[in-house]
Amino acid sequence: MAFSEQEIRQLARLARLELTAEEVRMVGPQLERILEFVQQLAELNTDQVEPMTTALDIQNCWAADQVADGLQRSAALANAPQADGEHFLVPPVLPGGNG
Amino acid sequence: MTATRDDHGRFPFETIIGLEVHVQLKTVSKLFCRCSTKFGAAPNTQICPVCLGLPGALPVINQQAIELSIRAGLALNCRIPEFTKWDRKQYFYPDLPKGYQISQYDLPICAEGYLDLPETDTGEAAKRIGLFRAHLEEDAGKSMHDETGGLTQSRIDLNRCGTPLLEIVTKPDLRSAEEARRFLLELKLLLTHLEISDCEMQEGSLRVDANVNLHISAGNQKVVTPIVEIKNMNSFRAVERAIGFESLRQYDEWEETGATIQTVSKRTFGWNDVREQTFVQREKEESADYRYFPDPDLIPVALPAERVDAIRAALGELPSQTRTRFETQYQLKPYDADVIVNQGPTLVRYFEAVAKVAGDAKRTSAWIQQDVMRTLKEQQCELNDFPIAAPTLGQLLRKVTEGSLDNARARDVFQYLLRHGGTLDEATKALGIEAVDQSELDLLCDRLLAENAKVIDDVRGGKQQALGALIGQAKRINPNVNPGQLRQRLLEKINAV
Repeated sequence: MAFSEQEIRQLARLARLELTAEEVRMVGPQLERILEFVQQLAELNTDQVEPMTTALDIQNCWAADQVADGLQRSAALANAPQADGEHFLVPPVLPGGNG
Repeated sequence: MTATRDDHGRFPFETIIGLEVHVQLKTVSKLFCRCSTKFGAAPNTQICPVCLGLPGALPVINQQAIELSIRAGLALNCRIPEFTKWDRKQYFYPDLPKGYQISQYDLPICAEGYLDLPETDTGEAAKRIGLFRAHLEEDAGKSMHDETGGLTQSRIDLNRCGTPLLEIVTKPDLRSAEEARRFLLELKLLLTHLEISDCEMQEGSLRVDANVNLHISAGNQKVVTPIVEIKNMNSFRAVERAIGFESLRQYDEWEETGATIQTVSKRTFGWNDVREQTFVQREKEESADYRYFPDPDLIPVALPAERVDAIRAALGELPSQTRTRFETQYQLKPYDADVIVNQGPTLVRYFEAVAKVAGDAKRTSAWIQQDVMRTLKEQQCELNDFPIAAPTLGQLLRKVTEGSLDNARARDVFQYLLRHGGTLDEATKALGIEAVDQSELDLLCDRLLAENAKVIDDVRGGKQQALGALIGQAKRINPNVNPGQLRQRLLEKINAV
């Protein structure tokens, strides 16, 4: 399958990647090769097979609802590009948000 | 049939509303890690590698979150599928460090269900509101931007990140802002009753998004307006006002621009509580871009029927069932049953404990609604801190029912108990209240009749209201005398002569 330049740019936007015109031309054929490789799976008839949601043969691993210590704040903020000692600092965002 | 414009110049229209309600589950730790969910902690003090999305950190499901979700699903008449799984919803936002939210896409923990709204005292009929689903997901953190301070950066607090949320999605069955509010009140009552969530909008443990559009009957034409999702509503009152405002805004927009669901895609609006207006936040929905896929870090959940049955068996009586029982067991009016049940399980237990001792449920209901609830409101206190224990109030009301204490004196006792606490005996003793026995009552009647010959003539002449003056005098002589008993004895004596 072939990707249009617009589709590549849309994928890049969703992944927050900035691509030059050169890179857009380069990435397209690469993605196509990856999809073609995976496409081999379509040769198999899976009509009677229930979709699998995990590769592990186990279910129901859970933890009791008990609080355990996390990170010290100083440690949590240590690797942040910017922090004010209490918060992570990021470029301004509008109130509201997503989700 | 041709629909014509009304007095405001509007064609008839119906408001179609669906709600997405996020409730924070009452777990002590987060959905996929063991950080505390406690509200109000110092910023970024309840975080760990899992909720920060650090490389290599692996999530593990909180068992109690599963338990509470099933409890909610059963109470909301949902089917609980045997199998449920976790999916990643991808989007970039600074309050979501992983770059995706763990949610549930095609196999939610609670499938289709419904919530019944009871009829209201204002005459609104009972109504069933359908639910598409309820699914579990993790909350994001909080971003704060101080626009007035001229800050060039936003501050991020990730304490809330990973807190378990149950998102309950209704069908577009609601038809008015008031109905949306009724739904939220009933939902909150149910979820707080079952201790699934605190449902405090102010603290963010209940959040509501409303999807609203209109079906307009314009002449021979049926018009459907574009769907708007309203966010940022921070109280039930705000939800009601925002939907009311939005439905008229959509009507006017259609008149001005002719926008319909075919020409304009779904938009996201915010609610400004101060200006009481909705405003555009996002022009276009991009739901197709979330690119959900099963989370490979998590293991699916299988729920055997026995486990679901055990949770069902432990649900106990739900508020709607309590209302019905109050009407049959205690002969309360639907309105009175509703008022008591809507106050929550603590007041329900208090009512039943008082009624049992008082032996008079209707009197108990009246006193609880008038005296107890008013006091709680005035003193802004919780029933758990209320100074009058249920058996004490029950004994007091029993005396009123038996006639050994009149309502006015009973209120004095109530006030005394409020201020001083203690037992009924202590209160009556302190107030000098003693039962007036028959011989005392006779003596008092004889004295009054001897001093008021004219009253006897008046009563014999048919003016029974003349007795009022005697009752007033009697109260001054002995405040403990019961006006009803006194009146009856006076009449007996006058008629016997």
